[in-house]
Amino acid sequence: MSKDYRFIGKRTPRKDALEIVTGKATYIGDITKSELLYGKVLRSPYPHARIKDIDTAKAEAVPGVAAVLTHKNVPDWRTGMPRHVPVLDRKARFVGDAVAIIAAETEEIAIEALDLIDVEYEKLPAVYDVEEAMEPDAPQLHDDFPGNLVDGFPVFGPKTLSEVVVGDVEKGFEEADIISEGTYGYESIANPLPIEPPGVIARWEDEHRLTVWSGTQSASWHRFIMQSKMGYPDIRAIDTQCGGSFGSKNYAPLPLFYAAALAKATGRPVKVCFTKEEHLGAFVLRPGSRFRGKIGIKRDGTVTAVSGVWFVDTGAFSDMTQGQVAVGCGEAQLMLRCPNWDLRTRLVCTNRSASGVVRGFGGQELESALNPILTMALEKASLDPVQFFKKNYVKPGDGYIWREGNYWVSRGTDYSETMDKGAEAFGWKEKWKGWLKPTAINGARRTGVGVGVHGNADVGEDESEAYVRLNPDATATIYVSVSESGMGQRSSLCKMAAEVLQLPLERTHVTPADTMVNPFDFGLVGSRGTYAVGSAVIKAAEDARHKLLDLAAPKLEAAPEDLETMDGMIYLKERPEEGISWSRAMGIMQTCMGFGRFEPDYSVPNFLIQFVEVEVDTETGRVDLRRVVSATDVGQIIDPPSLEGQLHGALGSAGIDTALFEESIWDRTTGHMLNINMIDYKWRTFLDLPQFENVILETPLPTHRFKAIGVGEIATSPGPGAVRMAVSNALGKRVSEYPLTPDKILKALGKMGRGKTE
Amino acid sequence: MSSMKEQERQKIAFTVNDVSYELEVGDQFNQVAPSHTLAHTLRETLGLTGTKVGCDQGACGSCTVIMDGEPVLSCMILTVECDGRYIVTIEGLQDRRTGRLDPLQQAFIDNTAFQCGFCTPGMIMAAKSLLEKNPFPDEQDVKEALAGHYCRCISHYHVVEAVLEAAKKGR
Repeated sequence: MSKDYRFIGKRTPRKDALEIVTGKATYIGDITKSELLYGKVLRSPYPHARIKDIDTAKAEAVPGVAAVLTHKNVPDWRTGMPRHVPVLDRKARFVGDAVAIIAAETEEIAIEALDLIDVEYEKLPAVYDVEEAMEPDAPQLHDDFPGNLVDGFPVFGPKTLSEVVVGDVEKGFEEADIISEGTYGYESIANPLPIEPPGVIARWEDEHRLTVWSGTQSASWHRFIMQSKMGYPDIRAIDTQCGGSFGSKNYAPLPLFYAAALAKATGRPVKVCFTKEEHLGAFVLRPGSRFRGKIGIKRDGTVTAVSGVWFVDTGAFSDMTQGQVAVGCGEAQLMLRCPNWDLRTRLVCTNRSASGVVRGFGGQELESALNPILTMALEKASLDPVQFFKKNYVKPGDGYIWREGNYWVSRGTDYSETMDKGAEAFGWKEKWKGWLKPTAINGARRTGVGVGVHGNADVGEDESEAYVRLNPDATATIYVSVSESGMGQRSSLCKMAAEVLQLPLERTHVTPADTMVNPFDFGLVGSRGTYAVGSAVIKAAEDARHKLLDLAAPKLEAAPEDLETMDGMIYLKERPEEGISWSRAMGIMQTCMGFGRFEPDYSVPNFLIQFVEVEVDTETGRVDLRRVVSATDVGQIIDPPSLEGQLHGALGSAGIDTALFEESIWDRTTGHMLNINMIDYKWRTFLDLPQFENVILETPLPTHRFKAIGVGEIATSPGPGAVRMAVSNALGKRVSEYPLTPDKILKALGKMGRGKTE
Repeated sequence: MSSMKEQERQKIAFTVNDVSYELEVGDQFNQVAPSHTLAHTLRETLGLTGTKVGCDQGACGSCTVIMDGEPVLSCMILTVECDGRYIVTIEGLQDRRTGRLDPLQQAFIDNTAFQCGFCTPGMIMAAKSLLEKNPFPDEQDVKEALAGHYCRCISHYHVVEAVLEAAKKGR
């Protein structure tokens, strides 16, 4: 394990730290443009309704209103997969669906004018349950999706995974000693809810050129993906600092549509920033997930067959949910080493605000729903779950079909040691008393422990390109389209380039995330920043360094391979005292540019195991999360505090707490979301923090120069299943509904109504 | 014609970061509307965008500023209520001439006590107010002072360390 790095693995201040602590960091809400107008959205009060008539005359007459748009006069742009979501439609499909948009001189004027739009609705019956929506007489949301089943859409190419069908499940179940089956849901449909609501400013430079500023996670999406939805205008996408995303703000197609349509209609830049209510009720939610099926295992923990149907509820439309289905199908195979699969999927629309990209991306949803069936099988076999995961998590040489439909063989590491180290730190052996057995009973309070695992092979997903420009003043500029939404990745990329160039971190900078300035990068998704983006930046830095040494070689009368550079000087390796500066090597009016590119590689899965301890009060039904231990192996830590922060993130962004109290709640008679504010939508406070310990191993991995992979995304994913297991163990009764709010605990204990236990 | 007295009443004066402001109340673009929150006035009228608005519902703490020594939610206070008040925002902590940071700001940097950074100004202001009243807080004091602050990235653990470190260094 190489530890003699200068920056890699060291605690260094975030490059943007000063801006953040002084309030100078600039988010989308902080910027304005000359002649800026403000856009606002009129939203449907009904979950399903046809717009019979819409009259905007009174709104248009309000002084200061610049444009009012409805389905009759918006541009013909469409988002969704396949393209089925226009800017505005003649139908509303959830409470909060957009009906009209207004641009005005101030937000107040726009809001005032919204009230003056007269809409005549024809109310339609609505459907909220994923399986009810598939019934023959169910209300139909989209003409293009009979039975409310969303068509397959090859988001990752023609073989995109929408099922896992391999081997022979009948034979597999015959070989099983234990078969466990049932139908379970992970249907908290929680909100990743970054603190900052989404926002976009759009400005048309001419008929064809559109500039978009936004606080989003992956700048390239607003150019490369949105172009295809808008008839291929030349979009320049610029990211501001992003106030949290967790996948949900990878991009913001509808806010962008509204801003760009209003900007087109008015000839002026338009800013659309959602309110918190809109953020909660009309932006990105986790998909609903229900699994009906069975798992067969042998007594020794060998998995012989998995079969069933995974029902994925995407809400009013699908935008990337097919991607989550594909990755979920892939991730299930990483967790369960099994030769026989018959896992089918159904992607279904219902009358609620739509699901979209969220950290955990399909795998968290599928595995949390599968969890009760899997753990019942382990319970029947009296198997320790840690031993089971050690046996079944993908090992080097094991294969899996990944999201794009190709078969990959893991070149990664065996994570058994990670599981052992995590178990040791948690004290698993002492605390685990067997299935449905509490760790301790103290009067009405019962303690239980649980464990979950998760992994993703997307750490090397998609393409990245980067330039590194060496400047004669001994600074380096990294050209890469990477935004800052909290991962610290812009800083970490500086550390990688600085390490290659042996340049002080203060002399290494990254360009703003601007698609006009930078080459292509897919964005910070799937923990790809460390391996995929890192590889491109490292290659670009190495390329620039080679070119610099080539330039210096004749001046030092030496071969380039005999030269070294450090702190902006170039010298012969054996004579560090006789060097020349970068400016002498390249000339004061020149720069030296390197290029690096990364091609996708799905052969190195990451991994995280999470242990939890809960205390259940059997009188009040309250569950306290007391302790969390997460263990992972990242190959090589790049930036310790950023990594710790990402792992602590298990408690946020609709992660572990979707098993305890986080959920979106709808009134199923009106379709209205009931907890559409940050008081009623529950979140963990400083006073509720559990003890939290991270165990981080560094086994060099076959990725790039620094042998590292990312892991941040998956921190949220093992938690819900682990908590469900821990609460069941504490109670001595299986509980299977998420979230485990006090009412469900009391029902399970027979203290309130009828409970859902077995 | 309104009387002199009425005209006077239509102005409000307050101090932000040692700068005095006198703003007219009214419905014109350059005036403070009776509906404007302090957060709105700070950000949109005075251009002090360091104060962040996360929810605008008084629930997330991100818009916290210090008013007459107390941490307050600037999205829950109307600007017209602020006549005669003394307000400190995140922009008021760093010494502009020397560049010297408040010890809390330095501790947040040293502990990387943020991820996306959006909640950071509000947290620093609440912590600043805490340390002014209680220079010797323990962990529980810090958690209680910050209980109303939402951080979805989960930087809580690093924030608690940063505030305790700043308190220790300030003694």
